[in-house]
Amino acid sequence: MKIVACIKQVPEISEVMIDSKTHTLIREGVPSIVNPFDENAVEEGLRIKEKYSGELIVITMGPLQAEEALRKCLAMGADEAILISDKNFAGSDTLATSYTLSVVIKQLKPDLVICGKQAIDGDTAQVGPELAEQLGIPQITCVKKVEIFKDEKGIVLHRETDDGYEIIQSKLPVLITVEKVINEPRYPSIRGTLAAKKKVIRVIKTNDLKANFCRLGTDGSPTQVVNIFSPQLQQKGKVLKFEPKDTSQEIINFLQQEKLI
Amino acid sequence: MEIIVDQDKCNGCGKCVELCPFDQIEIFGRLAVINAECTMCGVCQELCPTEAILIKRGRINAEEISDYQGVWVFIEQSQGRIKSVSFELLGKARDLANKLNQELVAVLIGDEISHFIKDLTLYGVHKIYSVENEVLKIYTTDAYTQTLVSLISRYKPNILLFGATNIGKDLAPRVAARLQIGLTSDCTDLDINQEGYLLQTKPTFGGNIMAQILCKHTRPQMTTVRPNVFKKFQFSSTSSIPEVIPVEVKINPMTIRTKVLEIMKEVSEITSLEEADIVVSAGRGVGSPNNLYLVKNLAKILGASMGGSRPIVDLGWLPHHQQVGQSGKTVTPELYIACGISGAIQHLVGMQTSKRIIAINKDPEAPILKVATLGIVGDLLKIIPVLIEDLTKIKN
Repeated sequence: MKIVACIKQVPEISEVMIDSKTHTLIREGVPSIVNPFDENAVEEGLRIKEKYSGELIVITMGPLQAEEALRKCLAMGADEAILISDKNFAGSDTLATSYTLSVVIKQLKPDLVICGKQAIDGDTAQVGPELAEQLGIPQITCVKKVEIFKDEKGIVLHRETDDGYEIIQSKLPVLITVEKVINEPRYPSIRGTLAAKKKVIRVIKTNDLKANFCRLGTDGSPTQVVNIFSPQLQQKGKVLKFEPKDTSQEIINFLQQEKLI
Repeated sequence: MEIIVDQDKCNGCGKCVELCPFDQIEIFGRLAVINAECTMCGVCQELCPTEAILIKRGRINAEEISDYQGVWVFIEQSQGRIKSVSFELLGKARDLANKLNQELVAVLIGDEISHFIKDLTLYGVHKIYSVENEVLKIYTTDAYTQTLVSLISRYKPNILLFGATNIGKDLAPRVAARLQIGLTSDCTDLDINQEGYLLQTKPTFGGNIMAQILCKHTRPQMTTVRPNVFKKFQFSSTSSIPEVIPVEVKINPMTIRTKVLEIMKEVSEITSLEEADIVVSAGRGVGSPNNLYLVKNLAKILGASMGGSRPIVDLGWLPHHQQVGQSGKTVTPELYIACGISGAIQHLVGMQTSKRIIAINKDPEAPILKVATLGIVGDLLKIIPVLIEDLTKIKN
């Protein structure tokens, strides 16, 4: 069983601040983390590997600093890590990113590809399905439970829907994207962390790829960000500061006036 | 768009002939030949064992752009009902179509769906493409992708909108990748810019900034839009009757690789949160999970659904399906009460279109107080118990 988990290094969103003058992100000093949904992807990969034996390869596309995120996954127990990193890949949108990943992952011939449902910086949830299409394999998104996993039957899982869930079966190879509820990611052990430090991370650059170069980076990205701005808020209603007793009365007056009680 | 068989790679195995839903491939002299009625659905390209079939898609040049006309909405239906978000999209799509002076088109896919047509006539739709097939009764990524890609390749829309539901977010990126076109997720605003492109506005970085996105060189311009972002807008019954165009799309069951074994419904707060008249939400300001009962009790006495902000969901105080905000639910109730929520933009995008907002926060500078109809600066741990007591008295 060969499993590939795709991860992304993202800024810790709760620490992101906006420069009030330029309305741009202040990135300096913001810690980087493994995208939380992707930690669940790695954890699920580890659990399947431990149960059915096999290997888990983690892969990311990003700047060289993303090595740190891969090391964490190795420390959790992944067997191998691949970093796709080149200045030519900068500015990739989800289509170019998923294409680039697909070129590398196709060579690995995995039985199962696991992605987090979405990354917390862009929140698009698009790379998983776009990658599945470009790998030419089926996809099951929003997976909250892997029920059976057998080579002959393929995989049976629970996919979250808008009003419950459905039980879906798929043949292998398949790509799944996972919800946070699927598992509780483990903390890397000290031994794991030490072993991860010694592992060699394979770095893949443009020239290592058998790719259609028009489909990489900004050239391969149909979407174009033309403007960013910080949403401005204007005072809408009134703001009061009273003692609790009076405040409660104010709220009740408001509710009665608006015929809500 | 062009479909090419690579003569060096094709070994004439005939797999594509077997899989083609439209019977448009034949083998001549150990080589696949594509016939003229090919819909470019892409099944053969995806499943060819030697990767010998290539459909050239992706970027188009300036002259080709005018071939793509009309604003389409993917109508999502399940269990006998069209999803509310589809009607919301039709309202917005109608605006866009008017600005472009193009047709508004509804795309209806499923099995036994003719009764939905009546529902769509009230929304100013010019045309309905209706695809009925028993294979489309239950949503599967493969069957719906093939169907939609066939329709797009045949009728060339300029714009296509999807609801950002679990199905919309599964289907839209798969279609985008097959057509090699752009896709923007979770837009909160859509407009036509001066050059006639679809200007897509979406929150990013947890809603801390808004990004505006164009997709100049690929068609259709596709986006997903969250439920409850746009207002449902119904036209009068006098609006013109849409032209219904039944389209036959054949689907080879062998090309559907996943199988839904069972559909489980969970009656949970997911639906009630989005449909509730009153939502009471808690944020980190409640201090500890032990204080959540205060907010719960307030919700109970008001007959409200309870939600929460991202930080407390991340801390595990509330389940994810109760999260309000960009990475949770978008709600537009009659009344939204925010208790101890500072109002990070990621939260505001999920609730600021509520009809009325009451916000209770200790910090007079908290952004939530700006969007509030009634803002209260104070300690919720002191205010809510008094409020519950007063409300109980009124009730009795």
